[in-house]
Amino acid sequence: MDIQLKRGLLDVCVLAAIKDGDSYGYQIIKDMKPYVEISESTLYPILRRLEGAELLTVRNAEHNGRLRKYYHITPLGLTRIEEFKEEWKELLSIYEFVTKEGVSDEQE
Amino acid sequence: MNKNEFLAELKERLAGLSETDMNQSLDYYTEMIDDRMEDGLSEEEAVAAVGTPGEIAGEILGEMPLTKLVKARVKPKHRMAAWEVVLLVLGSPIWFSLLIVLFAVVFSLYISFWAVIISLWATVLALGAAALAGVFGLFTTIAAGHGWAGIALFGVGVFLAGLTIFAYYGCLYATKGIWFLGKKLFRSVKGCFIRKEAVR
Repeated sequence: MDIQLKRGLLDVCVLAAIKDGDSYGYQIIKDMKPYVEISESTLYPILRRLEGAELLTVRNAEHNGRLRKYYHITPLGLTRIEEFKEEWKELLSIYEFVTKEGVSDEQE
Repeated sequence: MNKNEFLAELKERLAGLSETDMNQSLDYYTEMIDDRMEDGLSEEEAVAAVGTPGEIAGEILGEMPLTKLVKARVKPKHRMAAWEVVLLVLGSPIWFSLLIVLFAVVFSLYISFWAVIISLWATVLALGAAALAGVFGLFTTIAAGHGWAGIALFGVGVFLAGLTIFAYYGCLYATKGIWFLGKKLFRSVKGCFIRKEAVR
């Protein structure tokens, strides 16, 4: 997949993973796994970027005698998800147009 | 590799980053390894699952803005020995002029990108101005008593206005294209820095 496109998609996926409640790194990876595989090293810069853009906030919480970082979505982050849904509708109609003719160019 | 070895190697590969950036990365990977171990993996397995320090450092440095990256790379990883300082000073006529050349090349690339963009827009602006002059020229020429010339001028003005609209869109796409190219170039230059680091 186009790298630029995938980057943008993963950003939204991570936001979606924390939209119903705060979560931590490993949990985010596990939640996303059935849909899209993401590695620790890919997730890290995404989290930093989303934090920088104020789409999420980070807090430390104790867990089993060590600190764990929990990520919390901001209103701006929720807006980003809504924007994505709108953009996706547009993409879907483009997809429909591209695949419309059917038989002649279905196979490459 | 156990957790401490992993963290030590990662730390070494990220040497030069600011304290905050470094600690943030190390904390993140510590947490990841701990969480995997809590999930039932052995220490070795958990470390293997998060990736090699080389890959991870490459990814972190790749996301860094270029200025930060250069600063991190330029900072020596150990205290310089006396002979290194002497060499650095003696060699300054060479490396300093090379550095200036490097900056000049980057700077001129930057300027030329902008020059193309600016000249494109200047053309559109000039076309637009000529179109306006043509259209409004109708009144002044008629006032001066040259009716037919005024109408001809008006026609040319309208034609130019049409051309301006075409040129505007052409210019818009050209600018976007140039912008995209510039970004790509910038990324690949940055990539050179990092790849060298990763194979070290």
